[in-house]
Amino acid sequence: MNEILSQIFQVGFFAAVIRIATPLVFGTLGELFAERAGILNLGIEGIMMLAAMSGFSTVFFTGSLWLGVLAAVLTGVVAGLVMGLLTVSLGLSQHVSGIGLTLLCSGLSFYCYRLIFGQPSTLPAIKPFETVALPVLAEIPIIGPILFNQFALVYLAMLIVPAAAFVLFHTPWGLNLRTVGENPLAAFSAGVSVTAMRYQALLLSGALMGLAGAFLCMAQYNAYTFGVISGRGWVCIALIVFGQWNPWKSAAGAILFACIDALQLRLQASSAINLPYQVFLMLPFVLTIVGMALVSRNALAPAALLKPFRKEAR
Amino acid sequence: MENPSLLEMRGISKRFGHVRANDGVDLTLNGGDILGLLGENGAGKTTLMNILFGVYTPDSGRIAIAGRPVHIRSSSDALAHGVGMVHQHFHLVARHTVLENLMVGQSGRGIRLDRNFILQRMQDIEQRFGLHLVPGARVSDLTIGEQQRLEIVKALIRGARILILDEPTAALTPQETEGLFTALRAMASQSMGVVFISHKLHEVMAITQRVVILQQGKVAAEVLNDGTISQRRLAELMCGQEISPPSKSSAKPGAVRLRMENLRTPGGARPSLKGVCLKIRGGEILGIAGVSGNGQSELADVIAGMLPPAGGILEINGKPVPRYTPRSMQALGVGRIPEDRMGTGLIPALPLSSCMVLSRIQEFRFSRCGFLKHAAIRRFADQQIESFGIKAAGHQVRTGTLSGGNLQKALLARELAWNPTLLLAAQPTRGLDVAATRFVHQRFLELRDRDCAIVLISEDLEELFALSDRIAVMYEGRIMDILDIQTATVANVGLLMAGVGGSK
Repeated sequence: MNEILSQIFQVGFFAAVIRIATPLVFGTLGELFAERAGILNLGIEGIMMLAAMSGFSTVFFTGSLWLGVLAAVLTGVVAGLVMGLLTVSLGLSQHVSGIGLTLLCSGLSFYCYRLIFGQPSTLPAIKPFETVALPVLAEIPIIGPILFNQFALVYLAMLIVPAAAFVLFHTPWGLNLRTVGENPLAAFSAGVSVTAMRYQALLLSGALMGLAGAFLCMAQYNAYTFGVISGRGWVCIALIVFGQWNPWKSAAGAILFACIDALQLRLQASSAINLPYQVFLMLPFVLTIVGMALVSRNALAPAALLKPFRKEAR
Repeated sequence: MENPSLLEMRGISKRFGHVRANDGVDLTLNGGDILGLLGENGAGKTTLMNILFGVYTPDSGRIAIAGRPVHIRSSSDALAHGVGMVHQHFHLVARHTVLENLMVGQSGRGIRLDRNFILQRMQDIEQRFGLHLVPGARVSDLTIGEQQRLEIVKALIRGARILILDEPTAALTPQETEGLFTALRAMASQSMGVVFISHKLHEVMAITQRVVILQQGKVAAEVLNDGTISQRRLAELMCGQEISPPSKSSAKPGAVRLRMENLRTPGGARPSLKGVCLKIRGGEILGIAGVSGNGQSELADVIAGMLPPAGGILEINGKPVPRYTPRSMQALGVGRIPEDRMGTGLIPALPLSSCMVLSRIQEFRFSRCGFLKHAAIRRFADQQIESFGIKAAGHQVRTGTLSGGNLQKALLARELAWNPTLLLAAQPTRGLDVAATRFVHQRFLELRDRDCAIVLISEDLEELFALSDRIAVMYEGRIMDILDIQTATVANVGLLMAGVGGSK
């Protein structure tokens, strides 16, 4: 048993946790901005998938990873715009619009992938991001290799969490956004455009989801497969409830989930425990449900979540 | 040339569908004015003020502020022109602090939220108008009066020179109302303009200098409140007809309809009844007075069959209640006008015809073997709509589109259709205008004279004194005392409401 533990809890394990957590952090923060403005963006799973596809294809043909990231982000923004048209301008059901958007985006990504790559016998691959060791910081024992010998996008995720918390809680824009999500009428009567705020939140939300997709097929893997997202979008939605709509707590949730995910990967690889591998695959999701049940008992969703806003409604 | 007035609205018109909410309304407001805006529900007061605040755009008409023509397309336009509004239902974020609520919509002052700027303005406003608030308090912890103060401060912080208050005293205690009036007078003395919308005529008389009365979207009258006009006259101008207080014959009490002996309910989240003793006879109205939260809602829920008692005796028409469900109470002859018209009483999403038969749908005349008899339901609804004078475009309209007065008429129409022997009415005229209130009162008195027993729970003492034959005062889950209407005085009841004196 000791042997297994020492095998698992190595520097490499924690570095992997950070890597697994990164797309979840992007996705979670993206969803968080949307929900704080009162829109449940269930398009997340599909948006991540479509962004991964467009980003990957861009890199495949241009050879530029950063151009690929840009393409993924733009894809997310456009998808966010569609979500805005459906739920903000038309005021349709957010559940139906979101699930519809996920179906549309995932279908579209498979379709485009086939159009572009056909059915190749070997999986098209790109040269993915390489880790960048930050000078000085990477030299710190233990913490250095875990945190500061990572992909550029991981560093971006580390910066985005405090940035998101700052924007939400310490800027006028963030306060307006939260007010729109709690009581749109209060925002409206204070002269804030509910429509504009919700669109901005959705565009930002899409951009962050695009980053998540880009990371998965350009850093974590070097190829696009149909299972590239495999439920990570849905996990992000759970993580927000777990994190009580707070960027720090949601990011902590992402790391916790990543821990369990990394652990099950190691357990699968280790020959010490003889169980079907599906059991290990299940583990992070089972624990997500348990965690949610424990933590989200007194979760307080934004009061206007799921509620469309119409100015002249009587 | 004389100074232009602070606000001039000329020929304002606005239609919703085929309803003319405002029809060529003129309104002038000078600095230092407190203007009363009166009218029945649906007379167009709120529409007019929402136009001024940029919520609606008028179909025609001009607005000038301090002599300059303005176009107000949104509430930010209104705020920029110095127009602030305190809505009847507050526009506050309950989960945010006072300070956060005041900072919403502040822009152009750097990337960080500027707390100090707002704190300074708050202090300034407190000094000028005596409006005190604790910046760090959560709105959900504030009383209604404090929340209203926050709404006013919010408008003032944005530089409002014209303040619109829509039904500001509806939920305030007398002391809070007095505080509000002091602040309003301070504003007027600093040459701001205040528009005061209210149903409560005595308050309009107390605070305003001039009163504009709207009727069906038009200005029906404009009068100076110089002490020569009476409340009665204002009410008549508002309704366009003479108002006489409901005439009440002396009570002829009959058989005992409801008897409660030492009735108790379980405690917990709600206040509990701690041994209530009551007896009500047919042909009398028993008023229940009390500060809200002293067990009146629980008493109502017990009689309605929604809250099973924990102990004690409850008899209806001399027989103990077999089961505590709303349906069995109904079967015993209990009719009910619940406090919460739109939740417990009627279902806003359903057509009016369905709401009118909801509680009686199991009856043979409305359904057979689980199938609805649509024709019979429609006929019944049409008949009730007509005999109760419910203003609705037909029995098929969504119930939620009706005005408060018409909702209450619909409820009455449903509950009175089957001649209950005991009627339970909780806050039956809350939010209703003069004419609708009169209608409800008239019906109650008719019902009483037909030997029905009525339990009237109300926070409106004027109403209790006008209708009741006896008044029971509740305090902390007990009946403090039951007073005969001939000997009861407001001061007397007020003391009992505060828990002073009484026979228990």
